[in-house]
Amino acid sequence: METGDTTVIRARGLVKDFHGFRAVDRVDLDVAEGTVHALVGPNGAGKTTLFNLLSGFVPPSAGCILLSERDITRLPPERIARLGVARSFQITNLFPMLTAREHVELALAGHAGQGSIFWRSDRLLARHAERTAELLAAVGLEGSAADPADTLAYGQKRALELALALALEPTVLLLDEPTAGMGAEDVDRTVDLIGRVRAGRTVVLVEHNMNVVARLADRVTVLQQGQVLVEGSYATVRDDPRVVAAYLGESHADH
Amino acid sequence: MSVRAASTALRERMDGAGVTERAMRARPGVRWVLLAGGLLFAVALPWLMYPPIAFDIACFALLAIAVDLLLGYTGLLSFGHAAFWGTAAYTATVMGERFGAPLPLAVLAAVLAAALLAVPVGYLAVKCTGIYFAMVTLAFAQMIFFVANQWRTVTGGENGLVGPPPELFGIDLSDPFLFYYAGLPFILAGIALAWRVVHSPFGRVMVAIRDNPSRVQALGYPVHRYKLGVFVISATLAGLAGGLFAISHGFASLQEVYWTTSGKAVMIVVLGGMGTLWGSVVGSYLVVQLEYFLSGAGFGEIGLVTGSIFVVVVLLFRRGIWGSAQHLLRERVQRSRVPAERRSRPGRDDAEQEGSAP
Repeated sequence: METGDTTVIRARGLVKDFHGFRAVDRVDLDVAEGTVHALVGPNGAGKTTLFNLLSGFVPPSAGCILLSERDITRLPPERIARLGVARSFQITNLFPMLTAREHVELALAGHAGQGSIFWRSDRLLARHAERTAELLAAVGLEGSAADPADTLAYGQKRALELALALALEPTVLLLDEPTAGMGAEDVDRTVDLIGRVRAGRTVVLVEHNMNVVARLADRVTVLQQGQVLVEGSYATVRDDPRVVAAYLGESHADH
Repeated sequence: MSVRAASTALRERMDGAGVTERAMRARPGVRWVLLAGGLLFAVALPWLMYPPIAFDIACFALLAIAVDLLLGYTGLLSFGHAAFWGTAAYTATVMGERFGAPLPLAVLAAVLAAALLAVPVGYLAVKCTGIYFAMVTLAFAQMIFFVANQWRTVTGGENGLVGPPPELFGIDLSDPFLFYYAGLPFILAGIALAWRVVHSPFGRVMVAIRDNPSRVQALGYPVHRYKLGVFVISATLAGLAGGLFAISHGFASLQEVYWTTSGKAVMIVVLGGMGTLWGSVVGSYLVVQLEYFLSGAGFGEIGLVTGSIFVVVVLLFRRGIWGSAQHLLRERVQRSRVPAERRSRPGRDDAEQEGSAP
């Protein structure tokens, strides 16, 4: 089920070497507008490195990345974020001392260009109260708005990551294992949420849970040892013998 | 890796200053009483001690606050603030001596000189983090020292530069007691600016950068530009303090651009408590007062005593004086809250009730 025919993200010949280790090896990737595109593959396949390349956190050793035909290959992460590409992190990456509400306020203030206001009280951020409450409720954190991030449970931290990405009102959402470490109930809620927020957006998803991929993804790219192994719809990819071989003994059991 | 470890250590030392401030903000009454008490103390200070020392305390408090904006709030250790303090000191003295500039104009020129110098220095320094940031700022400060030492026609080299006796609107301020009251409003304005910055949306971003710079980038903030902004604000405040210091002494010397002045500022911040602002005021009072006492007692090795105190504080009271006091207060507040929370814990949604009130 492909909903878009315009390519939003186009990567060509992406390579990333880390001290002789090739984490991403000549990857071509086309993400169509309005789709949910899943990146799957065994551990160490280069999924997170590919995310870091797409979001500008790591410069590629070779290759180029286009965002709606605009070259973003060597732009710094904040520029790419400003162009409408928001990402979440696989390893929870928050501000331990800020509360959940302050996290979202920070994201909203940045999006509204208020971060550099040093001559007014931070009570100015109260104008985002409504949107903050909305976003926290959307990810199921309405009860933890005043809790510092380091007191949140693991699943709640993942949810907060998602709320931060959504606060930027991105056109492209890069989600690095949004359901990792979540209980079944939280996984369901997160899948529902992604299903809702994908409207009008393009979502790229790194995910280990094949159920989640089956439920969300329009298109799946399987990576192995930094290279694209197979690409296609979930059903095609699932039945591909090479994928079964690559996954044997890994998430095969998840089906 | 070591940079990462250093920032983690710093974060541990900070230990939730923001949380306590939030707790204090919940009781505005307490804050106003503290503020009124502090102001009263500042006004009464020249009656309680030798007036020139009182003004030195005020100047070093502002210098330390400037350093704290970077160290405590943004996670950047500047070891070169003597460059801004000293440049401002020479500028203010030269303005008075050569151009007969009135006090406010001399102060303004000093502040501008420090701010202008901070733009290129900060631009290059904020590209580094951790110990490298400290090294780059120290290197620039040493360059300024070298210039001040060599450029004798302007700075007087090792002899220093004598300025005119300070006056304001025709009133002779060479009496340190009077000068204190002329200079204090400038210092208080500087502290007020620092307080405003820390409690602004910009201040929120500063703290976020301190805790997790790459996450701030992912939210679309240009982190380097924010760091440069803090750096320039910080240098401006250091310049305000340094300019007033030189005018009050009627003298600018190489001591002002020497690295020990940077070190003294950092020591005051750590002693008083990083990321607290008011800790710098307390730290400045103690350090300047102690140095004055020791030199008055004819004790030559002042550094030995202040250095030992510094080591003890770093080892035993990492939060500094103000930070430790805040921590104790917070623990008491939390302890009185815990039983109440336990009673209503089973349904865990109740936690929200405490914070959602404002």
